[in-house]
Amino acid sequence: MSPNPPKKEYDRKDFASDQEVRWCPGCGDYAILAAVQRTLPSLGCSPENTVFISGIGCSSRFPYYMNTYGFHTIHGRAPAIASGLKLANPDLDVWVITGDGDGLSIGGNHLLHVLRRNLDLQIMLFNNQIYGLTKGQYSPTSQVGKVTPSSPLGSIDQPVVPARFALGAGATFVARAYDTSKKLPEGLTAAKQHKGASFIEILQNCPVFNDGVFEMITDRKTGPAHQLWLEHGKPMTFGANGEKGLRLNPQSLSLDVVTIGEDGVTEDDIIVHDETNASLAWMLTDLPEVVALGVLYRHPGPVYNEAVVVQRKMAEERFGAPDLNALLRQGHTWTVS
Amino acid sequence: METSAAASVQPSPRETLDSVVIRFAGDSGDGMQLTGSQFTTATADAGNDLATFPDFPAEIRAPAGTTYGVSGYQIHFAAHSVLTPGDAPDVLVAMNPAALKVNEEALKPGGLVVINTGAFTSNNLKKAGYETNPLEDGSLDKFRVLALDISKMTLASVKDLGLGSKEANRCKNMWTLGLMYWLFGRERGQTIAWLNQKFAKRPKLAEANIAALNAGHIYGENAELPHGINAYEVPSADLTPGEYRNINGNEATAWGLVTGARLAGLEMVYGSYPITPASNLLHHLARLKHFGVTTFQAEDEIAAVAAAVGASFGGAIGVTGTSGPGVALKSETIGLAIAAELPLVVVDVQRGGPSTGLPTKTEQSDLLQAVWGRNGDAPLAVLAAATPGDCFYMAIEAIRIAVKYMTPVILLTDGYVANSSEPWPLPDLDSLTPFPVKHHVDPEGFHPFLRNDRTLARVWAVPGTPGTEHRIGGLEKDRNTGHISYDPHNHHLMTLAREQKIAGIANDLAPAKVDQGDPEGDLLIVGWGSTYGSISQAVHVLRERGHSVSHLHLRHIWPLPDGLREVLHSFKSILVPELNNGQLVKLLRAEMDVEAESLTRVTGQPFRIGGLINAVSERLRNGS
Repeated sequence: MSPNPPKKEYDRKDFASDQEVRWCPGCGDYAILAAVQRTLPSLGCSPENTVFISGIGCSSRFPYYMNTYGFHTIHGRAPAIASGLKLANPDLDVWVITGDGDGLSIGGNHLLHVLRRNLDLQIMLFNNQIYGLTKGQYSPTSQVGKVTPSSPLGSIDQPVVPARFALGAGATFVARAYDTSKKLPEGLTAAKQHKGASFIEILQNCPVFNDGVFEMITDRKTGPAHQLWLEHGKPMTFGANGEKGLRLNPQSLSLDVVTIGEDGVTEDDIIVHDETNASLAWMLTDLPEVVALGVLYRHPGPVYNEAVVVQRKMAEERFGAPDLNALLRQGHTWTVS
Repeated sequence: METSAAASVQPSPRETLDSVVIRFAGDSGDGMQLTGSQFTTATADAGNDLATFPDFPAEIRAPAGTTYGVSGYQIHFAAHSVLTPGDAPDVLVAMNPAALKVNEEALKPGGLVVINTGAFTSNNLKKAGYETNPLEDGSLDKFRVLALDISKMTLASVKDLGLGSKEANRCKNMWTLGLMYWLFGRERGQTIAWLNQKFAKRPKLAEANIAALNAGHIYGENAELPHGINAYEVPSADLTPGEYRNINGNEATAWGLVTGARLAGLEMVYGSYPITPASNLLHHLARLKHFGVTTFQAEDEIAAVAAAVGASFGGAIGVTGTSGPGVALKSETIGLAIAAELPLVVVDVQRGGPSTGLPTKTEQSDLLQAVWGRNGDAPLAVLAAATPGDCFYMAIEAIRIAVKYMTPVILLTDGYVANSSEPWPLPDLDSLTPFPVKHHVDPEGFHPFLRNDRTLARVWAVPGTPGTEHRIGGLEKDRNTGHISYDPHNHHLMTLAREQKIAGIANDLAPAKVDQGDPEGDLLIVGWGSTYGSISQAVHVLRERGHSVSHLHLRHIWPLPDGLREVLHSFKSILVPELNNGQLVKLLRAEMDVEAESLTRVTGQPFRIGGLINAVSERLRNGS
């Protein structure tokens, strides 16, 4: 037995490791780390039962700063390593930390498959639209025209929209937040409470190589006009006074940004968020003028690791207790005397 | 058949043979693998020792009648000990012209060829590339030919059962098997039971196949065979008493892994991506969930090994199986397991390379990849199984070393050992020593790189344990705290620690000694892996001829066993036969300071005993 039985109640400090945090000053990762350390105790998580698995990149240093179990693995492979861990011990609370390069470039394949399998884990993708640790090359989420050391005349790569990738992969939970948002803990909480693979994209500022790329969204003054916080069952309005909203255009099957009170638009015209509607979620992934934040899509489905347990039980019922002697004798045997 | 005719047949005395090699060959849709494996079971029941080797094309269903669609199955059985499927066949069963074309060169002069003339149509002859019909042009004169219209006689034997012509024609392998059973005095009962079980839901097919089997046998009983062709008997071999089964290498590996995990007291997670010739490891293990096995068919080779590493981090034994191209993809992740010092077993069922190479053919060309094929100084343990049955024990050994030393282990088998089968004396499971793993649970003074003084293995503390929370990864760790360290001196010491830990595994191993022959002499043949049978039999013959030749077979490739240097230096010369372009020989020259000579064969086929004997005799004559 352990001489230190686990405490019943944990607080933020219990989740902070003794390691000095080494991200650049002003990095958005600090705010995300603080939000995670604050949120986990409130969800009843324990350090011993929590594991952070990361790949490679600035974001992937995250596990070192959590006083939980952690595995800083190799580039792009965190979802696959987390999958094996979850299969070995389904009772663990497993979080995957990845970035736009790690998760969508070198590890895109694994992200696709962990989402479609719907293993019960939380995947936090820090999207800063740049390669930070390798010193500033464009990433798969960088905008066309982005000038970087590897794209001196501007990037000619069409960017991937992470939430759209996740929906396309068959994710059952897709959310979006930004690093310094007060609502980030809500997103983390929803991700943790969802059974299955929860995908949360976190817009994250890189002050060194891509400073201010999300400023229009995150700035206190301009933010309200560009942030649409989604609530299931509520009309999708935004703006400083909630005067703007989204209206379904039935001709183009897209969402138009409209202003209530202008051109005869009333509150009744504003579409209500239904987080179980995949078509709506798809439209919300990439809107003109505004960024949808919060839970875009939540529609629980069969969970892979639970199905594994069910099949294990089926096998145990069908074949009974494991018997190696019987296994080696299955089929034809004979005796030489 | 009139009863009087049947009654008049006198049981002719069977000619006694010491050993026979039969090759069944036909179209890949002709059921040659089933025919061969049924003959194998009946032969085991007859008490012979045996070895088999299937040789099938990479294409699943190549166009009928083509040479590249020919599927073969060779069995060597004898009244004495058998270690290989044999060199040249004594008997060739050719179900169509392509099967004859591909295999006639291999047949011994004077060998027996059983031919289905029903398939020797002008169209099939053309597809096989024959300009003239070999049945008529005299090209088979050097063989004894038993040419029969098997197709026609099969259709006659099942005509009352109302099958479609396609289904009826597919019974011809059973007709052939019936004839072969009669020729070699095998019993039909086991095959009849097997057919009834296989076609339990389609009793008419069972009936038809059994009718064809019986008809082939009756044909043999009654037909007057051409001059020079007899019925044969091969007396039973003097096998060690005990309970036996036939086993191939992949089955043995799968069962060894399960047994090893249970001896360790661990759950096993097997991550794999389908690849020839390793896929059926996944198939075998997927059926064994009730043994504490979770199989995970991953999206690619990298995810397969990554899942295994994740499982080991979680306290299970992570295992992955693949072939050479898959090992190449897994290399970085294997390096992670080396850096993080986690147990991991990688089974590499080698095949012809480089790149996609020869997927269904055998080769031993991943040895250097296994030992040294990673970035950085990245040592791990490498094992090699010598025979199908040995795969069972080496899989257990791989898990034992992985968990005891907290290290990845690569187990090398190959397409030959994976697919060949041999009679296997069932192990006494109670005689296997358990090696139960105790995960570290004591938070007192804990850090993840605390090492065992003797084995240098680090502690294995697993998520879910209170008080031992820790972070590991691919970055270098401080040897005293387990935290990230960029300290130059620390990196040097950690590199040495990883090296010494793997080198220390040799303390656990039996010292090197020769497997056959004297501990010193003129020539030592050093082999590894699936060449065991060929080398062993070649050395046996050479020694009977009075040559001073010994055989040492390595099952631990890295680290090499203690005392190897002394054994090697006790011989005037050393020969290293390998199914590659010279890999172990380089390793021995580098590590053992010996002048070893290389003997290579890179044809996708195992060594022939005769070829080895000739090559060695020539060297001995030349005084090397």
